[in-house]
Amino acid sequence: MALTKSAPQEATPHDEPGGSAPTGPQRRVTSPLVLILVLLLLVTFQGPVRRALSAPVMQSWTTVFVAVVVQALPFLVLGVLLSAAIAVYVPPSFFARALPGRPALAVPVAGLAGAVLPGCECASVPVAGALVRRGVTPAAALAFLLSAPAINPVVLTATAVAFPREPRMVVARLAGGLLVACVMGWLWQRLGRTDWLRPPRHAPHEGATRGETFWNSVRHDVMHAGGFLVLGATAAATLKAIAPQSWLRTAAENPVVSVLALAVLAVVLSICSEADAFVAASLTQFSLTARLAFLVVGPMIDLKLFAMQAGTFGRAFAVRFAPATFVLAVAVSVLVGTVLL
Amino acid sequence: MNRQAQSAVLFLLGAALWHAGTTDLYLRYVKAGLRPLLLAAAVVLVAAAVASVGYGWRAARRGAATGPGSGSESEYESEYEYEYESGPECGPQSGSESGSGRPAGSAGHGHHAPHVSWLLLLPLLALILVAPPALGSYSATRTGTALQQPLAYPALPATDPLRLSVVDYAGRAVYGRGRTLEGRRVQVTGFVAVDRAGTPYLVRMALNCCAADAQPVKIGLIGAIPPVLQPDTWLTVTGTYTPRTAKDPVNGGPIPFLRVTAATPVPVPHDPYDESWNT
Repeated sequence: MALTKSAPQEATPHDEPGGSAPTGPQRRVTSPLVLILVLLLLVTFQGPVRRALSAPVMQSWTTVFVAVVVQALPFLVLGVLLSAAIAVYVPPSFFARALPGRPALAVPVAGLAGAVLPGCECASVPVAGALVRRGVTPAAALAFLLSAPAINPVVLTATAVAFPREPRMVVARLAGGLLVACVMGWLWQRLGRTDWLRPPRHAPHEGATRGETFWNSVRHDVMHAGGFLVLGATAAATLKAIAPQSWLRTAAENPVVSVLALAVLAVVLSICSEADAFVAASLTQFSLTARLAFLVVGPMIDLKLFAMQAGTFGRAFAVRFAPATFVLAVAVSVLVGTVLL
Repeated sequence: MNRQAQSAVLFLLGAALWHAGTTDLYLRYVKAGLRPLLLAAAVVLVAAAVASVGYGWRAARRGAATGPGSGSESEYESEYEYEYESGPECGPQSGSESGSGRPAGSAGHGHHAPHVSWLLLLPLLALILVAPPALGSYSATRTGTALQQPLAYPALPATDPLRLSVVDYAGRAVYGRGRTLEGRRVQVTGFVAVDRAGTPYLVRMALNCCAADAQPVKIGLIGAIPPVLQPDTWLTVTGTYTPRTAKDPVNGGPIPFLRVTAATPVPVPHDPYDESWNT
């Protein structure tokens, strides 16, 4: 089988699996080859690698890093399974029929639907794109886009697990997320212009059978969201192991600075919404309101989501939508935090 | 990363999770209650890898049957690439989920995971090759004690010596003013940490969910302290209650003291963290 990265049209299919030299004109290093080389190199040089990681700072960094990934992976896998099942076994036309005709009403309904449909933000962007494609009003699709990763059952369960002593956190997250999603939907309906949107056209992961489409979607989502999860874990571990406690303590002392600091942190860390509650729980120096801002902002806008939104809906959309979401999410978390926490 | 490499990474990730979940390794990183979820996730990851390879073979065989120029995975991918290049109205992501997550303009293939997927190798290698130890004295001295007021002080059994957890002793000593500890010989297990001023502590990290939220609970040691104290050594300390307390230099939290009469090194316990706050 040919394993080239930019696959040329092959005259004959190759039979030997793992074969690394394509007969095409472009000889490229293939990813399985790179994978094997990387693994071999690391196994060969595991002694020096271990020594380099044996300093207390690095050890603590590695432990936190592995811990965040190991702890988040089951939730990620669960979310990916459910979102693949919905993407494959529930026809998108179902959502179009289920939504009320009037956009002003469709927005809150779509927001609530997001609460029922599990999936992390990486999954919700393509689903929202599919909704727009199937004729759902963009305002409702955007409300869904924002609410689905923020307040779905998997995320809320994770939040409850991460904050065993603060059940109000779950309620506040639900209220805050839903409010931001609906207000953004209505805002789009009032101010949004269709030419900012560039709806995608192509259905993802078509396979020969539903089973194939399902597993393609699972594999892809785990690889994709998993990569971003690792990125987030790296940042979280660095913050935990290296950043002096005094920085965070200084930021945590001022109520205004603390909310803004954690909101920016949520954008930069880009943690999957299924795992962010555990990171928020570890930021114990900060007030609950600041940590609520972290939980409300994170699933709605972060670096990776911005990239995904720009890719799916177009850059003109993303540069308007993302900052508005950020400002609104911070304002709403302060409001909800004052009322509920 | 193409389909085969993705399947390999998924399989290895599943195998590593299974290994961590079936041994005590996972207890260094997450709470004990997460074990069933870990094992389930490992099974799903391995299943996804197997299914992916299986469907890849089937697609290749289908392709071989329909004749030259078609079939095989490269055909799939070139098809996607073709669509990606085919027109301005078909965005750079081809609407496929794989494209999303990258800035507009970066090329994407339907079956290629984005480059960020390579990062999944990091936790895999860290788990298999390094298997870092549970958080120890480095984190403990950098983080303030997280002692919380206990809800109640249940009656203690009349054994001697009385075995207590670090959290239980510290809570009774600080918030119960040692009333339930007077005249008892207690035995506490934890690891050694020494702060900048040279004060030795017996520490246990308390865990809510995973090591990222682990926080230390510390007991100061006075009395017959062993002459050489190596940080991160696990000790079972026997001693008696002393009313002396101190403030944690990091966050000002209360640290009770224990007058040591004997200390013996012990192996790292089965679960290095204190999970009593989870219940």
